[in-house]
Amino acid sequence: MAAEGHKLAIFRGLLKFKSNQQKIWGVLIFLSIVTTIEVALGIIKPEILMVPFLRMKLLNWIFIILTIVKAYYIAWDFMHIRDETSGLKNSIVLPLLILIPYLAFILIIEADYIFDVMDTGFMSWNF
Amino acid sequence: MEVTANTAAENEELWGGGNRPLKASYGKLMMWFFIVSDALTFTGFLVSYGFSRFKNINSWPIADEVFTHFPFLHGIDAPMYYVALMTFILIFSSVTMVLAVDAGHHMQKSKVTFYMLLTIIGGAIFVGSQAWEWKNFIKGEYGALETRGGQILQFVDASSGKRAAIQEFAIGIETDRSTHQSSNGIWYSSEKALPTVTLEEVKKGFIADENLVIRTQQLNEKGQKTVLSRAASMGKLNEAIGVVEGANLIHNEYGNRLFADFFFFITGFHGFHVFSGVVINIIIFFNVILGTYERRGHYEMVEKVGLYWHFVDLVWVFVFTFFYLV
Repeated sequence: MAAEGHKLAIFRGLLKFKSNQQKIWGVLIFLSIVTTIEVALGIIKPEILMVPFLRMKLLNWIFIILTIVKAYYIAWDFMHIRDETSGLKNSIVLPLLILIPYLAFILIIEADYIFDVMDTGFMSWNF
Repeated sequence: MEVTANTAAENEELWGGGNRPLKASYGKLMMWFFIVSDALTFTGFLVSYGFSRFKNINSWPIADEVFTHFPFLHGIDAPMYYVALMTFILIFSSVTMVLAVDAGHHMQKSKVTFYMLLTIIGGAIFVGSQAWEWKNFIKGEYGALETRGGQILQFVDASSGKRAAIQEFAIGIETDRSTHQSSNGIWYSSEKALPTVTLEEVKKGFIADENLVIRTQQLNEKGQKTVLSRAASMGKLNEAIGVVEGANLIHNEYGNRLFADFFFFITGFHGFHVFSGVVINIIIFFNVILGTYERRGHYEMVEKVGLYWHFVDLVWVFVFTFFYLV
């Protein structure tokens, strides 16, 4: 990567920066806003978002999505993945993108099953 | 003739490692290798946390009730503010790191030095904050009783709805029992410090105060802990076998023991990453001051430790979500 080879646009070209330093501060502001929203939601816990959605509270899904958004901008702009070749980009991101949801999926399904066994089984877990 | 010779030369370069299809140096690729594998390690930890949590989905501790401290605000219920502050500190130190990398690209030694210093300070503050968080968690706040099955019984003042600390309502009973020291025992054996109150004292205090009721680990439909009636509490009290104050790897006054185990393990492992990141940053910082990279002609080393530092920040973003928010 050349010294001046930074891609300076974020949000799919919606926001363009004049220099790399400006982009860094811009991303910081964006990450701070997202974190503030997360913390505010975590403290207020609005009733409308406490409804169940896909076996979790809707609020929890919002937290997870906002976290992934934050992770994307940290990786893409702070770790400069945006400026790497597509080969390097894919070989970093794809294994994680495939393995992490897979592992999370199978283990949480299993945990849910164990919960059901403990909940409806004949064993007392509260003695 | 000449065409053949050229092809041969190109092939030699290709297999000799002269060709760089990813346009990144060896060191940077290796750092990425490490980061991808480390990311999978943290995935294993966080997913096993999720496993335990979904397994105990109707009795898991509520993070807002566990982490309620803020420096200099004693007794004020301040959930989340402190971790939010820690998150901002770490994100900010990530920014100073990326600014150092950027200054390195422009060969500005003094700027690299300054930003590296800020990064180190930010990292050190973060590790210190985490130590404080651990201290509060280990010390505990209200104390609880534990049943034979490992269930935690906490106490609530029924009139105000606030938690009641066992140290406050327990009524003292004269006893000769004191912590056994290795100096006055056989075989040099010793025991851990006794809890400040005994089970009998807590029971006596509970029976004496009509307002107290027991809160169990079970969550109700609203996602809050179930509070028993006074009559049910009296029955539940007899199931208790011990006093728990604070948290360690075996007992945990906040609820499920696995919660404390995963808290120590995951935030500890992350804290260790931050600590080693600070140490590596200090080494690079001195190298920058000594002009090592100025002589080398590039500041790629700063970029490589920067990658590691951002990764630590990235992991914290997930730890923050899964331990404190969700």
